[in-house]
Amino acid sequence: MTPRARLIGIAAAACLVAILLFLPLGLNTYGLFILSMWAVMSIAAMGLNLTLGYAGQVSLAQGAFVGIGAYTAALLTINGYSLALAFAAAALLCFAVGWLLGYPALRVQHHYLAFVTLAFSTLAYLVFRNEEWLTKGIYGISGVPRPAALGIDLAKPLPFYYFCLAILAVVVVAVWWLVKSPWGRAFVAIRENPLRARSLGVNTSRYTLLAFAIGSGLGGIAGALYAPLVEFVDPSPFTLLLSLNLLMMVIVGGSGYFAGPLLGAIIAVLLPEWLRAIQSYYLILYALLVMAILMWSPTGILGIADAWLERRRSIARSRALAEKTPTLASGEDA
Amino acid sequence: MLNLVISGLATGSIYALVAVGFTLLWQTSQTINFAQGEFVMLPAFVVLAAMHAGLPFPMAILVGLVACVFVLGILFQRVLVAPMLKHGVLPLAVATMALSILMRESVKEFYSAEAQPFPSLLPDATVDVLGIAVSLQSVGVLVASVIAVTALQVFINRTSIGAQMQATAQNPTVARILGVPVERMILITFVINAVLVVLASLLVTPIYLAKFSSGEILGMAAFIAAIVGGFNQVRGAIAGGLLLGVVDNFAAAYLSAQYRTAVPLFILIAVILFRPQGLFGRSEERAV
Repeated sequence: MTPRARLIGIAAAACLVAILLFLPLGLNTYGLFILSMWAVMSIAAMGLNLTLGYAGQVSLAQGAFVGIGAYTAALLTINGYSLALAFAAAALLCFAVGWLLGYPALRVQHHYLAFVTLAFSTLAYLVFRNEEWLTKGIYGISGVPRPAALGIDLAKPLPFYYFCLAILAVVVVAVWWLVKSPWGRAFVAIRENPLRARSLGVNTSRYTLLAFAIGSGLGGIAGALYAPLVEFVDPSPFTLLLSLNLLMMVIVGGSGYFAGPLLGAIIAVLLPEWLRAIQSYYLILYALLVMAILMWSPTGILGIADAWLERRRSIARSRALAEKTPTLASGEDA
Repeated sequence: MLNLVISGLATGSIYALVAVGFTLLWQTSQTINFAQGEFVMLPAFVVLAAMHAGLPFPMAILVGLVACVFVLGILFQRVLVAPMLKHGVLPLAVATMALSILMRESVKEFYSAEAQPFPSLLPDATVDVLGIAVSLQSVGVLVASVIAVTALQVFINRTSIGAQMQATAQNPTVARILGVPVERMILITFVINAVLVVLASLLVTPIYLAKFSSGEILGMAAFIAAIVGGFNQVRGAIAGGLLLGVVDNFAAAYLSAQYRTAVPLFILIAVILFRPQGLFGRSEERAV
């Protein structure tokens, strides 16, 4: 990364943080809810980006993991356990389920993970809907409490929004650290060239599994945040559609770019709300927009920015080279 | 019992038609079409719209066929698939997901959100098969699908274009060197897929009504059938479709309604664990 690109990146991040901190002060309850939902979906999409963008595995079960996390958190907090415990339990449970699910699938061959997770996603939905003794079936679990954290009451929308933002910030830092760690480099190595990674001593199946399980765990954390945000958990949001939607977020934002899922979640969560002005046609327009973005740049929105920066850089490089090279004209002058 | 098998085979043969189209697209151009179910939903609405405009039923079918071959075959390939193909499987797959939303919502907004009755090609009667009364509908669906699939097999295995299509599917680079017009072959595959989904639409809609959301279930069934049968084999997709239809029917008859939809998924997981190339597929020949 050139110093200039880094500067642009830092400036963009600072602007984003400023907007996220101060924008909500002028929003109504619904606006705050949507922004909080953006934070939740961003966490889930970042998990999927770890699996897909960094380790190159297609998971179609991220929505199911969000569901598992949401149910875990709802059941625990309703029975009086603390939210912190709920977060830990949701993350660990999803990590474990991810591991168990990925183990046989990745043993066979890797793109089978997509098929297995597709089936798992639908099965998880059926369990949410049918196991009434646990999940209350289609009636859902209502009255999920919003507990206090660090002595601050989170019941009001604004404090809860800042709570979502704080969790998102923690996840962002953790994922950043992970991506820069040797594990993160191993993930990328596997995505770029599994054979070569293996020959360099990377245990490919172990690391792919790890990437998938950690990504699933993040889905669980997103779910644990979803439950107190909506204060109601029922099966309908956790169909295969949510998994596909999360996949769309990652790809549209820019799979494999750190900020890709954050951008993708803006498109998927906030854009439809803005488009509501044009009434019921908003989903049609949304679908057209997603297709247009992908046709323009299959690497997502950040892919467009990347290509633009790369082109500028190469123009600057060749200009610098041209200035250093003596031309015929300058040769005659000398 | 036999009745269950026959009606299961009838549903299964429709799944098979859709799944065959699905595998064809995958083989020749690595397109995972998440909108395949919506592709089946749309033709019925085109036919209904044409009838609304005053055309008689057979003419409306013709209009539907031509329009869908153009839109779902040629336009789909030219506008969406061709430009995105070189960027890998995933962006295109996600684009087809967006396409499925577009088609579903457009039909809902511009036609109707309500389920529409659809005229049947066959009279609502029963026929005698091996001493058992079976609905003519099921038999008709089964016969039509068998004819379609057989015709397709003959086309692929016995004609020059079919051979060129196979060459394209197996190794596009070598096919091109040998003078096969690869792009045209890909286009032909998309046209065949369009014809298959129109046929499936005409067969399935009289039974389940025309509804904007009906594509979800069908697309999923076709997807599972294709994987179970073997993702890279046309006959695998046929077998997978038939198997799924029969299993589905038996599950509906003998299992709890709640977990009926889970049965195909368990089959899917079992197949992936024990026979990952599919029941009838070869192991993937493509390098990683």
